[in-house]
Amino acid sequence: MTTISSRPADTKPPQNQTSPLTWVRKNLFNNIFNSILTIVLVIIIGLALRGLVLWIFQGAEWAVVTNNVSLFMTGLYPRDLYWRAWLMLGIVVALAGFTWGVVGRNLGSLFSRNVLMGLALAALLIMLLPITRPNAPRLIAYEALTVAMAWLGQQAGRKFSGLGMKLSIGWFASYFVLLYLLAGGDVRASVLYFVGMIAVSAIAGWQLAARVSLLPKLGLFEKILLFLVGFIATYLVLWYGSWLLGVEVGLDRASTSKWGGLMLTLLLAITGIALCFPVGLLMALGRRSQLPIVRGLSIAYIELIRGVPLISILFMGQVMIPLFLPEGTRPDRIVRAIVGLTIFSSAYLAENVRAGLQSIPRGQTEAAQSLGLNTPLTMSLIVLPQALKVAIPAIVGQFISLFQDTTLLGIVGLVELLGITQSILANPSYLGDYAEGYAFIAAIYWVFCYAMTYGSRRLETSLNNELR
Amino acid sequence: MTQSETEAQETLTNAQGVEAVIVSQDVEKWYDNGFHVLKGVSLNIYKGEVVVIMGPSGSGKSTFIRTFNALEPYQKGKIEIDGIEIAHDLKNIEAIRREVGMVFQQFNLFPHLTVLQNVTLAPIWVRRWKKSKAEEIAMRLLDRVGIREQAYKYPGQLSGGQQQRVAIARSLAMQPKVMLFDEPTSALDPEMVREVLDVMRNLAKDGMTMVCVTHEVGFAREVADRVVLMDEGMLVEENTPEAFFNNPKEERSQKFLSQIL
Repeated sequence: MTTISSRPADTKPPQNQTSPLTWVRKNLFNNIFNSILTIVLVIIIGLALRGLVLWIFQGAEWAVVTNNVSLFMTGLYPRDLYWRAWLMLGIVVALAGFTWGVVGRNLGSLFSRNVLMGLALAALLIMLLPITRPNAPRLIAYEALTVAMAWLGQQAGRKFSGLGMKLSIGWFASYFVLLYLLAGGDVRASVLYFVGMIAVSAIAGWQLAARVSLLPKLGLFEKILLFLVGFIATYLVLWYGSWLLGVEVGLDRASTSKWGGLMLTLLLAITGIALCFPVGLLMALGRRSQLPIVRGLSIAYIELIRGVPLISILFMGQVMIPLFLPEGTRPDRIVRAIVGLTIFSSAYLAENVRAGLQSIPRGQTEAAQSLGLNTPLTMSLIVLPQALKVAIPAIVGQFISLFQDTTLLGIVGLVELLGITQSILANPSYLGDYAEGYAFIAAIYWVFCYAMTYGSRRLETSLNNELR
Repeated sequence: MTQSETEAQETLTNAQGVEAVIVSQDVEKWYDNGFHVLKGVSLNIYKGEVVVIMGPSGSGKSTFIRTFNALEPYQKGKIEIDGIEIAHDLKNIEAIRREVGMVFQQFNLFPHLTVLQNVTLAPIWVRRWKKSKAEEIAMRLLDRVGIREQAYKYPGQLSGGQQQRVAIARSLAMQPKVMLFDEPTSALDPEMVREVLDVMRNLAKDGMTMVCVTHEVGFAREVADRVVLMDEGMLVEENTPEAFFNNPKEERSQKFLSQIL
């Protein structure tokens, strides 16, 4: 009997470690042509870099940016209300830190060497950069707040499981708190308004869940009763409670015409993103529906909107709607802007989601159906999780487009980041500082867009567990 | 399973033909392009019975068993599952599908869920079992198909044979009255066919009612109570395995067997 003798022990793959010098010689200088190409390119890149660095440190007049930081950030928001903007930033920073901690609750140490170095670098930059230097103490305090909240979040995350769901509710609620801080006005009216909105969406959610037969169905009478009881109870508590206590409630109103700068850009982008996702999802599902009317309406919506440039939708919202609607009944121009962005992006998003839905093999639906799952369950448990995962890059791409498309609102007259930049650059004392102003906001746009890309990549890898 | 239950099942099995789980009469189906795929097929499946359907590709055998859980609609005839007729408006469709398990050629496991989640999904969401109960039963089923230790892996990390066994466990978790197998071993590497057939063999031994579309002659000979040959959308022959493989009645059957044996 022959045996395979001396089977080699498991060997490691051969390691071809190359020193940087040999790598350079092998890849950049392996023949005369490549050597010349390398040298020429190095010279061109070097000259360009030198020009850029010289411009940044010597040529550029950064006064246009450093003197107007608050304009860039908040537009014409009243100066005595700046504390509210700072408070908003603080809330966001604290929540972000907490979320970071909860997400990283299973890490041995949240603050690895790289993270610590990043934090130190951020602190250094805050102290050195002329843009941040005036507010350095406050910004560094915020950085410390982030770190503290992250630590707290890690402890809490380890102690209580299932904190993620509550966190997303926290972010959701904080949106309304921030909106109130931004707008001001009678807090009682605002709370009542949001209670109404939340009650309506809660009932709608209950209704949806009942369709999937999770909960008993509500009758119309029960719905109205539930809504009225909640509403009246809140009303009584708010109005008579505050009257009994004798407190003045509410912040000064800050008119929407005063909102601007990066603050407005973020408000527009976040609201647009949050709204266009569900609308786009519904449109994508509608387009694949078996019901001809639903499908027809979805196709009509998607194709109509995709055939119209965004700028024309925005112009329609800003210029034409006021012509048709009488004074007093027109929605606020910021609401009109958000609606325009949402309508536009959701049509494109619907197509991205549809592409994801089409990539899921028919067998998945058949397997789910053969187990007795009904259509809503099949969609929500089997098809959508997989389809959305496939569509993440395209969806985030759409979000990034939406973020950048907010600049078009600068053209139709909102003073968001681009709009306020144009007003600042129109000031005669900064004549000719176009490059500095636009370079500054370009950097800001890049930071946010890159953060979104990075986030989507992280999300993708964390969801890629099935192919380990 | 208690003893009385086992006995009850055995008596039904022995008295063959007493209670039919699937009754199908003159089922006719046309595809959307007008192709007449089922030309009046009638076949009854009795409780505890294993029926193997064979036939050349394109004979309509997969389409036929897919009508049993309404994955394929049919235009004429009648199909009753456990006394409930599959209505053409598909009203009682989910009630029927709960009672009919199906195993596919391509496994069709849910890749975004773990093995355990694959198995417990339908019991939790359709049968409304508590998670703990569903998981307990799922682990028992995974044990039965021999992959208990893979429960927390994802389907993509398993071999084809293991995936198909998970798919069988997933169907069994709904405690169906009848199991449909649509060429369960056709997409497997040769060395994995055996492990899946073993599971099916044990299932048959435990008294499960099974309808299998398969080309595995050995399995059909050993396990089947009846073998059915389909060709061009019609039933050609219905026979016991011995008779079918040793001296088939029909000329078409002889020709088919000469090609596969």
